[in-house]
Amino acid sequence: MPSALPDGEPVPDDGALPASALAGAAARPLGFYVHVPYCATRCGYCDFNTYTADELRGTGGIVADRAHYADTVIEEIRLARRVLGQDDGRPVETVFFGGGTPTLLPAADLGRVLGAVRDEFGLAAGAEVTTEANPDSVDARYLEELRAAGFTRMSFGMQSARQDVLRVLERTHTPGRPEAAVKEARAAGFAHINLDLIYGTPGETDDDWRASLEAALAAGPDHVSAYSLIVEEGTRLAARIRRGEIAGVDDDVHADRYLIAEELLSAAGLEWYEVSNWAAAGEATARCRHNELYWTGADWWGAGPGAHSHVGGVRWWNRKHPAAYAAAIAAGTSPGQGRELLLAEDRRVERILLELRLRDGVPVDVLTAAGRRAAEKAVADGLALGSALDEGRVALTLRGRLLADAVVRDLVD
Amino acid sequence: MPATTNTTMAAMPEPSHTDPALIRNFCIIAHIDHGKSTLADRMLQLTGVVDQRQMRAQYLDRMDIERERGITIKSQAVRLPWQVGDEKTAHVLNMIDTPGHVDFTYEVSRSLAACEGCVLLVDAAQGIEAQTLANLYLALENDLTIIPVLNKIDLPAAQPEKYAAELAHIIGCDPGDVLKVSAKTGDGVPELLDKVVELVPAPVGDPDGPARAMIFDSVYDAYRGVVTYVRVIDGSLSHRERIQMMSTGASHELLEIGVISPEPKPSQGLGVGEVGYLITGVKDVRQSRVGDTVTALKKGATEALGGYKDPKPMVFSGLYPIDGSDYPLLRDALDKLRLNDAALVYEPESSAALGFGYRVGFLGLLHLEIIRERLEREFNLDLIATAPNVVYRVVMEDRTERVVTNPSEFPEGKIDKVFEPMVRATVLAPSEFVGAIMELCQARRGDLKGMDYLSEDRVELRYSLPLAEIVFDFFDQLKSKTRGYASLDYETTGEQSADLVKVDILLQGERVDAFSAIVHKDHAYAYGVKMAGKLKELIPRQQFEVPIQAAVGARVIARETVRAMRKDVLAKCYGGDISRKRKLLEKQKEGKKRMKMVGRVEVPQDAFIAALSTDDSGGKDKGRK
Ligand SMILES: Nc1nc2c(ncn2[C@@H]2O[C@H](COP(=O)(O)OP(=O)(O)O)[C@@H](O)[C@H]2O)c(=O)[nH]1
Ligand SMILES: C[S@@+](CC[C@H](N)C(=O)[O-])C[C@H]1O[C@@H](n2cnc3c(N)ncnc32)[C@H](O)[C@@H]1O
Ligand code: SF4
Ligand SMILES: [Mg+2]
Repeated sequence: MPSALPDGEPVPDDGALPASALAGAAARPLGFYVHVPYCATRCGYCDFNTYTADELRGTGGIVADRAHYADTVIEEIRLARRVLGQDDGRPVETVFFGGGTPTLLPAADLGRVLGAVRDEFGLAAGAEVTTEANPDSVDARYLEELRAAGFTRMSFGMQSARQDVLRVLERTHTPGRPEAAVKEARAAGFAHINLDLIYGTPGETDDDWRASLEAALAAGPDHVSAYSLIVEEGTRLAARIRRGEIAGVDDDVHADRYLIAEELLSAAGLEWYEVSNWAAAGEATARCRHNELYWTGADWWGAGPGAHSHVGGVRWWNRKHPAAYAAAIAAGTSPGQGRELLLAEDRRVERILLELRLRDGVPVDVLTAAGRRAAEKAVADGLALGSALDEGRVALTLRGRLLADAVVRDLVD
Repeated sequence: MPATTNTTMAAMPEPSHTDPALIRNFCIIAHIDHGKSTLADRMLQLTGVVDQRQMRAQYLDRMDIERERGITIKSQAVRLPWQVGDEKTAHVLNMIDTPGHVDFTYEVSRSLAACEGCVLLVDAAQGIEAQTLANLYLALENDLTIIPVLNKIDLPAAQPEKYAAELAHIIGCDPGDVLKVSAKTGDGVPELLDKVVELVPAPVGDPDGPARAMIFDSVYDAYRGVVTYVRVIDGSLSHRERIQMMSTGASHELLEIGVISPEPKPSQGLGVGEVGYLITGVKDVRQSRVGDTVTALKKGATEALGGYKDPKPMVFSGLYPIDGSDYPLLRDALDKLRLNDAALVYEPESSAALGFGYRVGFLGLLHLEIIRERLEREFNLDLIATAPNVVYRVVMEDRTERVVTNPSEFPEGKIDKVFEPMVRATVLAPSEFVGAIMELCQARRGDLKGMDYLSEDRVELRYSLPLAEIVFDFFDQLKSKTRGYASLDYETTGEQSADLVKVDILLQGERVDAFSAIVHKDHAYAYGVKMAGKLKELIPRQQFEVPIQAAVGARVIARETVRAMRKDVLAKCYGGDISRKRKLLEKQKEGKKRMKMVGRVEVPQDAFIAALSTDDSGGKDKGRK
């Protein structure tokens, strides 16, 4: 079951943005996110906005068939051009295809969508173009096609190296396949490769987790995202835990696993730059620049069902269901479902919320007097670095990373 | 509906000119749900004071809260004309509705004192209940004529023969004297009214003596000020006269005097034996107290009627607004409720854990719950109530004495003796539950005083018990151990000295005043273990370890630990949905606002509420008997 969208005010039919959102745009980097809401099967833990073919089968056949998806989303990219205006001369710095499983579409479709972004906006020199991929959804040939189409970075959902864990997660790939995919990607010419890992799956042991990290590292990615398994309401996993079929996992276990991740990843030369993300130390291009746009309040246009966008203090999100989305596009209207205009205080809070999770932390300038006192307390409690505070920033210690939300709650006061 | 209605009625005597020989003052004693309000409805209709069109169910139960909970808190007095056979002049029946709960025993006793007779109304499918029995004894003490009546004889489950025998056994009459009615259908109600005229003695008093009227109820009305209900014993009172309250000497002018039938009807005055109301413009029921004697300012009586008592709070609880900024609202609300409740006492107190609030004294648990519910409902306040406690008298070794109404103020020093209030409790139940009841009472430090079979399978048990043992959770336990069949009544009798200690609860070494309790030495360990265990479940993990201790003085008797929280971060891929993250943060911040700080420990409001309530009922429903 996909999770809920926030409420907000309606988006105008033509998607037009208030003038305030466009003011000063030239100074902000622009990114593109393309959501692909299709998966072969749904993993038991996942509440992302994605649908299997079965879930889209209506009485009159498949709705929002993925065969037409590239064309639909290309229409939205053209709408983006109109909304941002011809005067907006910014080339796109990053493009990120996420899902769902983008690689369920033919490589040519992904290439056409990327082509539309290039045609409408142009890509900046050295632009980062990533797609997420399930390890078993690609092969060498597919990866070559992506590379040829202009993709520069692959992100594979490895999750675990252990068969038992993959089974609890209801993943379709087998151990070893992600590492093979990494090899194929490298052979195809991808310099930047990420592996997503999940820790704290019910039944997983510390040793399982170490084994997963070691397997991932052995494949030689320049980036690893390690996520703690969140039991999302409404998922099959949540139901199974509620029914007692599988045991829930204590937060302490997650804390232990995080420490293990930090230990093994840093030993292998990957350095954390966001709470859940590690990249090859000293290589500026190893970090996921697209995610950095999210975390630093840049502009990005999210295309596709349920995708979120942000331009100059306006956040909006698209209709969630692929059919509702496609209908809006077919009608020539914005697929936007709701939006919110951020107040100065909202933006301040968001900065703290996002930047505190980064290695460099958040500047104390954005804190109130109470927030600064909280920062000092965080240093005293061993959650933030005294050396960083001396330089005017609140940056988390290792223990602080594990308690980041608690620190945020104090800092935003 | 029987044919006897009042439409052809001849003279209805006017208030102040009523021959006392025509007056019958009576009340109805009944257990909750045995049908008193329904019977009163039928009487209103039969006597013609309310016509069919105006009739609504439970006509006399005015307050919303009364109607919803089906209990009568405030008594009412209604004047009803009733003609027996073809008499020329109607009789005047004053029906005085008594409150039905133990907490209001004193009010009941004053209502009884205003009557010469009483209808003992018992559900023919249930038999008599403990409280009814207690009130019956009160009526007998007041020398009232008792008319035993079984109600609900229309019910298939009714056992009129069985319960007639039981009633006859209890009051010492013939089973054939027990009337059988259905308040629902009206069956037998005219005959009952005839019996009231026949059996209840007319009031006697000195019509020419100085006026003396007994206040049996006093109600604050937002528009009219205090409405005082009186029964004239001697002499008369008239409109515009100046009167005096004998307990305080305060004098007032009678701005209005009249009878209720069933709406207020102003009159010239009230004569000997009559029942009615007075309005003097006072704004606080304390200026016109139940039990007090009203006399004329000029040539007034010198001797008050007997029986006046100051209401004495027996149970205390701290009431705290969940939102500290509501404190002034709480104060205003209590001030308002006090206008109508002479028994409500309170004084400000502050708690390190709960902030600013009031220590409030109540007559009993029901009183507590009614007040709390009214504060929440009528004044929109969210409250935390500390566990109810009784009043202790502590004698120190140096012979000084302290009265403790808040456990956290229990003295630390050298204590010689502690005295706690005692009650005489009466439990009625089917005999199969005797064992379970005895076990419960024993565990609560009870002392069996006697046991009687009311009928073959119903038993009355009399216990002496510490009040403290029944204010917490006793009634719920009694009900659950007897599948709901037992009924309970108690009255306070005095005090006893006992081996009592204060158990403190400490979080991270800091005492949480709201959780301190005074318990018997033998129960201290169990209390400590239970509280510490409960709190361990209720207190969320903090960034540091939180030891929870229960202690008597410096001695720790139980300990639990809330482990330090090590992870509080959403480590998931959330993409561009930043709004969701911000909303989540806002929600967490809201949650944080509902935390109370105990030292460095954040304790959720809910934890206080849950820890302070009884195990299963969550504190609701207590005192509904
Ligand atoms: N069947 C039947 N039900 C009755 C009779 N009298 C009262 N009741 C019902 O018993 C319940 C309690 O009656 P009520 O008058 O509110 O009792 P109170 O609490 O003593 O005032 C209500 O549901 C009435 O409708 C009766 O004579 N027969
Ligand atoms: C948007 S998903 C899609 C990627 C791709 N479909 C796949 O599963 O390989 C991106 C990542 O989010 C992580 N993820 C999804 N659901 C999660 C959950 N409930 N808790 C923690 N991580 C989760 C997984 O590691 C996944 O690889
Ligand atoms: S494949 Fe990825 S997006 Fe699809 S259900 Fe699984 S985790 Fe979710
Ligand atoms: Mg009633």
